[in-house]
Amino acid sequence: MSNTIIEIKNLRKDYHIGEVTVHALRGVDLQIKENEFVAIMGVSGSGKSTMLNILGCLDKPSNGDYLLDGVDVKTMNRDELARLRNRKLGFVFQAYNLLPRTTALENVELPLFYNSKIKSKERYDRAVNALEAVGLKERMHHMPNQLSGGQQQRVAIARSLVNDPVLILADEPTGNLDTRTSFEIMELFQDLNEKGRTIVYVTHEPDIAKFATRNVVFRDGRIQRELVVSERSYAREILKTLPVENIEEFDA
Amino acid sequence: MNYKNLLKIAVRALVRNKLRAILTMLGIIIGVASVIAMLAIGEGSKRSITDQVSSMGTNMIMIMPNMQRRGGVSLGASSSMALRYSDVVTLRNESAYLAGISPEVRASGQVIYGNENTQTTIYGVSDEYLEIRKLKVGSGRLFNDSEMRSMAKVCLLGQTVVENLFGENSDPVGLTIRIKNLPFLIIGTLEDKGESGMGQDQDDLILAPWTTVQRRLAAIDYINGIYASAVSEDKSSLATEEITEILRRTHKLKESEEDDFRIMSQSELIETMSNITDIMKYLLGAIAGISLLVGGIGIMNIMFVSVTERTREIGLRMSIGGRGQDILRQFLVESIILSILGGALGVIFGYLIAKGAGGLMNLTTFVSTQSVVLAFAVCFIIGVFFGWYPARKAANLNPIDALRYE
Ligand SMILES: Nc1ncnc2c1ncn2[C@@H]1O[C@H](COP(=O)(O)OP(=O)(O)O)[C@@H](O)[C@H]1O
Ligand SMILES: [Mg+2]
Repeated sequence: MSNTIIEIKNLRKDYHIGEVTVHALRGVDLQIKENEFVAIMGVSGSGKSTMLNILGCLDKPSNGDYLLDGVDVKTMNRDELARLRNRKLGFVFQAYNLLPRTTALENVELPLFYNSKIKSKERYDRAVNALEAVGLKERMHHMPNQLSGGQQQRVAIARSLVNDPVLILADEPTGNLDTRTSFEIMELFQDLNEKGRTIVYVTHEPDIAKFATRNVVFRDGRIQRELVVSERSYAREILKTLPVENIEEFDA
Repeated sequence: MNYKNLLKIAVRALVRNKLRAILTMLGIIIGVASVIAMLAIGEGSKRSITDQVSSMGTNMIMIMPNMQRRGGVSLGASSSMALRYSDVVTLRNESAYLAGISPEVRASGQVIYGNENTQTTIYGVSDEYLEIRKLKVGSGRLFNDSEMRSMAKVCLLGQTVVENLFGENSDPVGLTIRIKNLPFLIIGTLEDKGESGMGQDQDDLILAPWTTVQRRLAAIDYINGIYASAVSEDKSSLATEEITEILRRTHKLKESEEDDFRIMSQSELIETMSNITDIMKYLLGAIAGISLLVGGIGIMNIMFVSVTERTREIGLRMSIGGRGQDILRQFLVESIILSILGGALGVIFGYLIAKGAGGLMNLTTFVSTQSVVLAFAVCFIIGVFFGWYPARKAANLNPIDALRYE
């Protein structure tokens, strides 16, 4: 029996906009175990991003409990949460969120700057290794605007990996990418998951959700259903069947 | 986060946005440079004016009749006739603090030589006058006692008068000119003295024995003023007191009566002049202060705009583990670097502008340490404050709100 990394009980999130209250999450219970590969699904506005942001400690729930690695997140202050994000979490955004005019290497190094235990030599080595893991070692001195969308997202994934996190969270990581590039990103995630990394990602595309081991479907701020993926897709195999001329990438 | 990382993050952020960094620095550079330049010009003109005033003799004392006025109306001619030659004699005999003393009788009028003529002032003086006013005989000689006694029609010309009547570089000694239609023999000329601190031509004059001017040209029996010199500069206030005492006594003034003369010492004049130039300096300082303010507002604007621009960057940094204080420190270090660099460049530019303007205005400018420290400190504080202050709000946002900021 593997460890539970995420344990959520009756989680709620309300947004107040003037007089109006939006109930983005209306009581969610969820458990995620170590080395799971979970896809959060649902239509637009169903609360997927809200959920993921709370999982990533980028936002706070209005109500309910969230235990991350056994620690109640509610008890932590801002600085402790920052430290938690820095040491245990990796976040991948739909819009990549790389620093402009900054090389791939420096972008990947960034999280390690906020960990004063890591010396510059180690920082460099780990960033290069992370870039190697996403297949972009040769491009480490390129700026984001010299990279395709898929490559930028790989840099972002390298950045989320560099601190050796227990959990990687990705909000529609393939949302801005074409099919082939999306599969390549999923191939990368599947590799990482095989090597033991726990990954939670958001998607609204059933095709992309099939790469996960478990799907959690949201609807109106609640979990509508959960299912174990029966016919799991393997990105490496699918990529082999795709025509090679379809290699051109869509730049966001 | 340790300081090495902090510095590296800040430097990288600055390099990533060179234009923004340069624009911010520009505000600081303009502010610092203008304060330094303005104050240097102010200090320079102050020194040049005081230098020129003291070149007129720092221990000179002037005694004038006290032209009494009440409600702006002169109380008649009598008050301008308060001084007589007997006062000069008394002071010379009784005073312990005076080195030299001379009466002054002024007449102005037309001076003619051949076809040339000019309008100038003729000063009737005694031989001690030249020493007191730091005038020197260029060519020829000064008049002697017998010429003074006999009201001889002899004179010495200032360089401007020489030029006007005889042309440049001529030596008219021995020639005769007509002053107010009387023939005067030129026995000497005066050395060039240039302009006074107040822009007055100090060479546009003729000197003649005071007796001659009093009787033959002005036709009066009093004198217009007395010029004296104290034995030394620090004795000049003692000398002033002593003169007051002697003159009040000999003029038989009652306790209740005001002085019928007025004493001005050169050291007082220097003080007055330096007050005036101080005012000028402060005025320039105020102009500089305004440019400092404008520069400061520029810095403020860029910092505010850039924080808005950079809120997403702040959100990203927080989402990967930067704490609020790490973000604030980064902005602080960035603005300290910009302020120091900008301040240093501002000092250099200010110095160069001061030198350049000094060259154009024919003035030696002085960059004082105070002005450098003041300008630098003010800009530094403005720069650092406005680098840090706007970042505060962003660093307090939820990471996700900062990331989504538009
Ligand atoms: N910052 C916010 N302020 C107000 N309402 C929000 C905010 N973020 C999300 N919402 C609302 O919460 C609901 C869930 O949004 P979200 O989690 O982004 O959906 P999804 O990612 O599934 O498309 C939506 O109705 C959305 O309008
Ligand atoms: Mg979403």
